[in-house]
Amino acid sequence: MTDAPLLSTPLTDLHRELGARLVPFAGYEMPVQYPDGIIAEHAHTREKAGLFDVSHMGQAWLVGPDFETTAAALERITPSAIAALKPGRQRYTVLLNDSGGIVDDLMVSRPEGDENDGRLFLVVNASRKAGDYEMIAASLPGNVKLEPVEDRALIALQGPMAADVLKAHAPEAAEMAFMAARSMEFDGIAVHVSRSGYTGEDGYELSVPAGAAEAIARALLADERVAPIGLGARDSLRLEAGLCLYGHDIDETTSPVEGAITFVLQKRRKEAGDFPGAKRILDELANGPSRVRVGLTLEGRAPAREGAEIRNAEGQTIGTLTSGGFSPTLGAPIAMGYVDPENAAAGTKLTLVVRNRELPATVADMPFVPQRYYRKPTA
Amino acid sequence: MSTRYTEDHEWIAVEGDVATVGITNYAQEQLGDVVFVELPEVGRKVSKGDEAAVVESVKAASEVYAPLDGEVVGANDMLADEPGKVNEDPEGAAWFVKIKMSDAGQLEGLMDAAAYKTHLEGL
Repeated sequence: MTDAPLLSTPLTDLHRELGARLVPFAGYEMPVQYPDGIIAEHAHTREKAGLFDVSHMGQAWLVGPDFETTAAALERITPSAIAALKPGRQRYTVLLNDSGGIVDDLMVSRPEGDENDGRLFLVVNASRKAGDYEMIAASLPGNVKLEPVEDRALIALQGPMAADVLKAHAPEAAEMAFMAARSMEFDGIAVHVSRSGYTGEDGYELSVPAGAAEAIARALLADERVAPIGLGARDSLRLEAGLCLYGHDIDETTSPVEGAITFVLQKRRKEAGDFPGAKRILDELANGPSRVRVGLTLEGRAPAREGAEIRNAEGQTIGTLTSGGFSPTLGAPIAMGYVDPENAAAGTKLTLVVRNRELPATVADMPFVPQRYYRKPTA
Repeated sequence: MSTRYTEDHEWIAVEGDVATVGITNYAQEQLGDVVFVELPEVGRKVSKGDEAAVVESVKAASEVYAPLDGEVVGANDMLADEPGKVNEDPEGAAWFVKIKMSDAGQLEGLMDAAAYKTHLEGL
């Protein structure tokens, strides 16, 4: 594993040209930051628009004879109502193991157009894609196939000015609703666009042909409102938005109820109980889980990191931090972790153990920074 | 006496028997934006190699080790309110601690500016 050469993305040369510091991440050589630094990149994304290379993530088609068949196949390993997905819509869901633990979290979209009937587009985590593909393929009926996409890059454009920036190259994108997915042209290049992201801001993810990725990135970066943003700021942005990082805040042992992402469970699926680990998950929904993911704010400036022990007011250990860092927007440390439900209410005073000292912390509602997803104006 | 350096990217400037210690420009570049610095209490005795301070960047925490034996006689309180100074002026205003040396002979084991420059070029 350690000897395997790092993979590059179609934008690696561009990152280098832009002065990025490249680090190994999920088997890829990825930009962690550019010369401006994480705090400046973070602020730029919240104020203007940031461009992220997320080409390391796994893109794949699930292809069956018709929508109902393909959706039913994916429902066998997820708790979401995939069959209810309308053409041109995207949904966040999770792959579950038989114990109801989360194998990965992913985006699934149903493309528009009769020619796409029976096709679902998946975007999975880089660190999980090999295992995900194996698990998905093994679960499929004979008439549905998984087709990993290896010849496309994925570019995210995030921030309050993202829509206005993208409009100049892909006018249709401006009309999209949040979590819409649509195929369109970007300066004449065929791209798949979804209005979604991982920052809490309005924005898009563009699946683009690998050969056109650099031209598209350069076209976006040519707009003075756009700056390249590395994985460092991507992490601080998603933490402020209260979004889970797979392998940290959720993993194969945590259920969607424990992970506080019960919105991936839809009514029909809960009533039917027809998903892996349904017994545990439905029991947790009815009786409460033994632990739950919460947000935490800290007093002072010292951040607490993943792995820090969480103690209650009596000094007993009640959980562990799964993410923690410094919020550039709030100018203060924030964290998330798992605690027992008795200590999960917002306002509960806890402590986090950092270098053998207890730092005072308070359970906080998430997101830490309000999400600003696009809402279509109502007529 | 000229400034000395460690392989862990600390600088040590000596006046009399007091060594002022900070992190180098290379170190702050590697860390990125510094958001918190934890300094030792004045009066604490430290031995070479002990954890003397902690620097937190947005990404991670890094330890700063005592480069010499001695007693902490000063800590830069400015860093509590302005940790970003470590990025702006690491080898000047953003010094970390002053250590009253108990064995000035330990300075001999440290790099001078030329040796540190060679060390950086080898990284």
